[in-house]
Amino acid sequence: MGSEVWAVIAPNLLLLVVSLLVFAAAIYAVFLIGARASIERQEWLRYVVFLGPAGLLLLVGLIYPAIRTIILSFMDKQGDDFVGFQNYIWAFTMPDIQIVLRNTIVWVILTPILSTIIGLAIAYMTDRMKRGAWVKSLIFMPMAISFVGASVIWRFMYSYEPDPNRPEIGLLSAIWRGLGLEGRNWLLEPPLNTVLLIIVLVWIQTGFAMVILGAAMKNIPDDVVEAAMLDGASNWRRFSRVTLPMIRSTVVVVLTTITIATLKVFDIVRTMTGGNFQTNVVANEMYSQAFRQLNYGQGSALAVILFLAVVPIIWYNLRQLRIERTER
Amino acid sequence: MTAVSSVGLSEPQKKKAKDIFSSPVASAIAIVVAILWTIPTFGLLVSSIRPERDINTSGWWTFFANPSFSLENYERVLFVGSTINPPLFQYFFNSLAVTIPAVIFPITLATFAAYALAWFEFKGRDFLFFTIFALQIIPLQLALVPLLQLFARGLVVGGVTIIPDLGISGTYIPIWIAHTIFGLPLAIFLLHNFLRQIPRELIEAGRVDGANWFSLFTRIVLPLSIPAIASFLIFQFLWVWNDLLVGLTFGAGSKEVAPMTVRLAEMVGTRGSGWETLTAGAFVSIIVPLIVFFALQRYFVRGLLAGSVKG
Repeated sequence: MGSEVWAVIAPNLLLLVVSLLVFAAAIYAVFLIGARASIERQEWLRYVVFLGPAGLLLLVGLIYPAIRTIILSFMDKQGDDFVGFQNYIWAFTMPDIQIVLRNTIVWVILTPILSTIIGLAIAYMTDRMKRGAWVKSLIFMPMAISFVGASVIWRFMYSYEPDPNRPEIGLLSAIWRGLGLEGRNWLLEPPLNTVLLIIVLVWIQTGFAMVILGAAMKNIPDDVVEAAMLDGASNWRRFSRVTLPMIRSTVVVVLTTITIATLKVFDIVRTMTGGNFQTNVVANEMYSQAFRQLNYGQGSALAVILFLAVVPIIWYNLRQLRIERTER
Repeated sequence: MTAVSSVGLSEPQKKKAKDIFSSPVASAIAIVVAILWTIPTFGLLVSSIRPERDINTSGWWTFFANPSFSLENYERVLFVGSTINPPLFQYFFNSLAVTIPAVIFPITLATFAAYALAWFEFKGRDFLFFTIFALQIIPLQLALVPLLQLFARGLVVGGVTIIPDLGISGTYIPIWIAHTIFGLPLAIFLLHNFLRQIPRELIEAGRVDGANWFSLFTRIVLPLSIPAIASFLIFQFLWVWNDLLVGLTFGAGSKEVAPMTVRLAEMVGTRGSGWETLTAGAFVSIIVPLIVFFALQRYFVRGLLAGSVKG
């Protein structure tokens, strides 16, 4: 490894260490001053110290930018002139962007449903399974892998060899060829490619659904389950009549959490296909508009559309929770 | 559901009940799914330790019939750079340098805020807490462009400079601050819920003993909140380490501060990178979170449960 690498790392390391020390020293100093201040002074000082930093960061770094983005979404490319709803009209009428919206809807429907169904099934099957822990661990593992890492893993799975005389190195293509079928360049064929990309996110999110739903199942009292068995209920009936109704609210939470996560994912599309071959989604198009084409108006409009898509889901979630509280 | 509670089952019946649950068919399906879920990652790992020629001319599964082993891919991707791109080792360091402060800063500030929101009594406290809770729904994308401009040009309103251009673009600092801001709402929410559960008597006893709000925090609140902090720590670690969007945008396109995810995504896009570098590179980037995940899975699950049972 060349000395150039160390020439870059050394000052970076210095910045890292100094920053951490400054941060620690600042906090230590503030506590020292705070604890020694007079009682009257502490009355207001404690708000400044404990609430001040987080409050200021959220105000300047989240609330102000969010409002500014909403304003920008009504402005032109550079954000100088007011253009009314033009960016939104663009988003809903341009054929290219309509494909993007359509794909996003497909993602948002398929990902939560598939992840939740598979997660629910595995959670139910491993609920009282002996040594089920490692099974769950393996299914949960993709949660720790980045979307970029997952995309590399799956690109390798989908890899395609055009020359029939050379062996396939992608597992999917190899199985396909093993079945005697003609090779396909998976990621180039819409609408199949979008489904193949969705599988990557389902692979990641299933473990999440399984863990949350599994924990909810553990909370069902034993006697309820035993009573159902005493009645001679079959496995399926017990699941649909006892287990599922009792964890319904958790199922809703899991579905909505995955839906929101799905709306925001852009890494998978960006890494797997770059949004080409009709696989683009809103989150990725927002990135290309704002950061590739430096079109702040249209990029901002897409970000606002993402935000507006999230609001009713959260609203529904909160309402569900409130209904449940009053039922209890 | 109360109508069916408390039914006695005899011991043999209970045993039978257990048998149905742990039916071999269900277990077999679960095991098959677990294997299916692991194959893609396993294939990547196997490929990464094969010689370049073998990776590109035969499927990774042939490794078992025809084992050939080499660490050359790792050596090359980690330590050998090109004229344009530094070796992955530099990005690995960047990932660490980005992640450590981007985990410590938000957790510290969130614990402070959660303490104030849980135990200070002031007007508008509930409103403030609800506002922070609601901020969780703001997608990162909604704050991205203006926040970036803030770092690049400072904040000027009506000709008055409120925040000057600090000249920190192209260093780690914008990435740290961005991660801190985006991590705060969830962190404050989770830690607040936890800190509320500290018995009131404990806080009041501390007050009577003459502890002020500052020493109360260091002596009583902080030691008690270590488990909650640990849960969130893993959360934030995985989030920051695996993040692409913040690294890509707030890193100002600088190779000197870009984390590994950015480089990996770039490698996928370039024609020059074959599977030998991609598989090894991907494995280097996922190994750290995998170790953290398997070592601290219990805390991670606890955090996940606390986070998704909102309300």
